[in-house]
Parts: sequence; C-alpha cells; structure tokens
Amino acid sequence: MISRRSFCKKSILILGGIAVPLAALELFDPKKLAADRSGPSTVRWVFLVDTHKCVGCGFCVKACKIENEIPYDANVSRTWVERYVVTRDGKVHIDSPKAARDGFTSTSIDQGALGMLKIENSDIDKAFFVPKLCNQCDNPPCVQVCPVGATYQTSDGVVLVDRSWCIGCGYCVMACPYGVRFFHPVYHAAEKCNFCYHRISKGMKPVCVEACPFGARRIGNIRDPNDPVTRIIMTERVNVLKEEYGTKPQVFYVGLTREVK
Amino acid sequence: MKNHVLRPLFVAVGVVVLILLAREVLVPADFGVQERGYMYGWHRKGNEADWKNVRAKYRTTAYCKECHQDKYADITGSPHETIMCENCHGPGLAHPNDPQSLHIDRRRELCIRCHFRLPYQASGRGRIRGVDPATHHPEAECVLCHYPHNPRWTPGKEARR
Repeated sequence: MISRRSFCKKSILILGGIAVPLAALELFDPKKLAADRSGPSTVRWVFLVDTHKCVGCGFCVKACKIENEIPYDANVSRTWVERYVVTRDGKVHIDSPKAARDGFTSTSIDQGALGMLKIENSDIDKAFFVPKLCNQCDNPPCVQVCPVGATYQTSDGVVLVDRSWCIGCGYCVMACPYGVRFFHPVYHAAEKCNFCYHRISKGMKPVCVEACPFGARRIGNIRDPNDPVTRIIMTERVNVLKEEYGTKPQVFYVGLTREVK
Repeated sequence: MKNHVLRPLFVAVGVVVLILLAREVLVPADFGVQERGYMYGWHRKGNEADWKNVRAKYRTTAYCKECHQDKYADITGSPHETIMCENCHGPGLAHPNDPQSLHIDRRRELCIRCHFRLPYQASGRGRIRGVDPATHHPEAECVLCHYPHNPRWTPGKEARR
C-alpha cells in the first residue's frame, strides 16, 4: 500500500528526473534566446519600383551582374527586367532575354525554345517593363525551408546566404514563389539579390538603383517616416507581387496591372 | 539486468556523445539564434560581416567628376545627365590605378538599349527618341555623329541645353 507521503516524494523525484535530462539536452544558449526578444532594428530596407518609368534599357541588370560577380554570360541573374506585351486578341506575351542584360532591342518576343514571336506594332494594346528582384520578404519561405541555417534574415530585413554553410540542397530555390534564387555557377551555393548589402551597409545605394537613369528603382528605410520612399509607399497606390502567398514582400511597385505575375 | 541489454544502450549513448562532441567542434561559436529569432535568424553571425566587407565596384558619377570635370560639365543639363558614367565606361573600382580596366563602349548595342524604337506608350520607352538600327546608318558607330555626353550638341554649333 502506497502512502500519500511516499507518492508525493516519488512523484517529485520522477518529475525532477524527467526535467533534468530535458534541460541537459537543450542546445540553445539562453543568451541567444534573449537576443530573440530584443527590440526592433531602426532600419528596415524596402524597395520601390516604378514600372511607368522603366524603359527596359537593362543597365540595372548589367551593373548588378558585374558588381556582384554573377558570371556575365551564364543564364542566371540576381535581377532581371520582364517585358509585358498585351495584344489586341487579349494574349499576354512575356519575355526577358538574357535577363534583359542587353536591354530590349527587338520588337519580337523571345519565346525560348519556341523561337521569336513577331508582333506588329498595330497589334499592341499595351506594353511595358517590370523589373524584378528579391522581395526580401518579411515572412521569407526560402529561409524557413533551409535545413542548415545557411540563409537567414538580418535585423534590417535583408535575406542573406552564407556561402560557406550552404549545402546546395536547393530547397530555397524551390520555395521562393518569385523565382529569384539560383545556384551560383562558381561558388556552387544558393545565390540571390541582397539589395547590394555591401553597399547599403556603407551608406551607398544598390548598384541597380545607381545604374537606373530613369529613377524606376529606389531603395528606402520603411522605419524612417521621413524617407521619400516610405512617403510614397504610405501615401500612393502601390502594390506587391503575389500577395496571396503571405510572404509579405517588401518590394513595392507603382503601376502594376493584373497581367504581372 | 543482463549485459546484452545494456550493451546496445551504451553504444547508443556513445553515438549521441560523439555527435554532440562533433557538433561542438564543427559548429562555429557565433552560430545560433540572432536578432530575427529562431525561424529567420538561425545563422552564423560572422557571415553578415562577410557580406558587408565585399568591395563595391561601381563608384558612381560623384567619384568620376572629381577628375573628369570637363566631361561632367558636358553631361550636366543634357538629356543623358541621369546616366551614370560607369553604365557605359564600366565599373571604376580599379581606375585610375589601372587605366586598362576601363574601356569605352562605342558599340551600337549600347545606344539601342534605349534608342531602339519601341512604341510602348504605357512605359517611358515610348517617349524616347528611337531609331531602327537596321536602317539608321547601320555601318557607323553612333558616336561618329552623336556626342554621347550631350546628344543635343552638334559639331560646329553651340550646345543646346
């Protein structure tokens, strides 16, 4: 017959015995967990693209490839410009030859393996260009799927890739709904736009912003209410890409239409 | 308890200890949960500095104009004012120490990035003066007739601003 006293004693002993190994197996440093709750950063980088201003010259793509050492002739790029041509029959033709590295110097649509599609100027309902780059999502799916912690978000909102830590599994390339990730042909690691982190952290602007002669690309700090880019995002009609994915993208577009995917 | 029951247990414990030891050795000290929490901030802190230390190659017009005042004066106020020097001349990182690193791109392909006529009225491209390079003096470099630092300037006349 077990007494109440011995039941309580044994219960405490067993609970204590269970609790000790759990604490011992805890791999996180408490200091690291404390850092988790620290206050928000004063900087949160955001991007603003004005599709009305983009003329498809591709200087941004050229500058990005050189600045960030993406092999110039490899068919990969951190940023690219898409051309949308909506014809009178309601069809939407989209192309981005060589990521628009050399601009758009043809009226024909590059359909890849299907060849070039000739479009008469009189058939065009509307045509425009949309620059694309990493959205530095506030809820980045590429970071969540990384099994080794090789990709992460900094306190100022930029998603970076640790090339020495990446194992090349490709989950992040698959997870990104915007298709901005690819494998770097030289470093053999996942690669993506990082708003030129080496430039913005030194007070410079990303090289695509500098290279754009038309002001179609701008960068700003959304935590600064007086930032001109923040003013535009807060007061004008801006949109983001694929909002329905819940990724909270931080690249805002002026002049998006329903054709833009 | 019999020994044959305990032996695999010892092996399992040994394996766990080995993995924990290997983890201690292989994982850098600054690897862990950083500012953005476990879901987004689980990384090696030192990599942020690695990215910050990458050298910027493009120095922008503000750097070029320090020496090339004449060219800067030409382009200021012209329709090409907003094009930064390095768009056509290449990144200025190694310049002026290594003049060979900079080349002047005089190819027609450079100019038709903007000046190939595309009648896209929904974008700014439709308002840029454009040509069809197949018919507009296909044999010549654009700079033969047009001064790129001020396209409104024509030889023998005063520059129009």
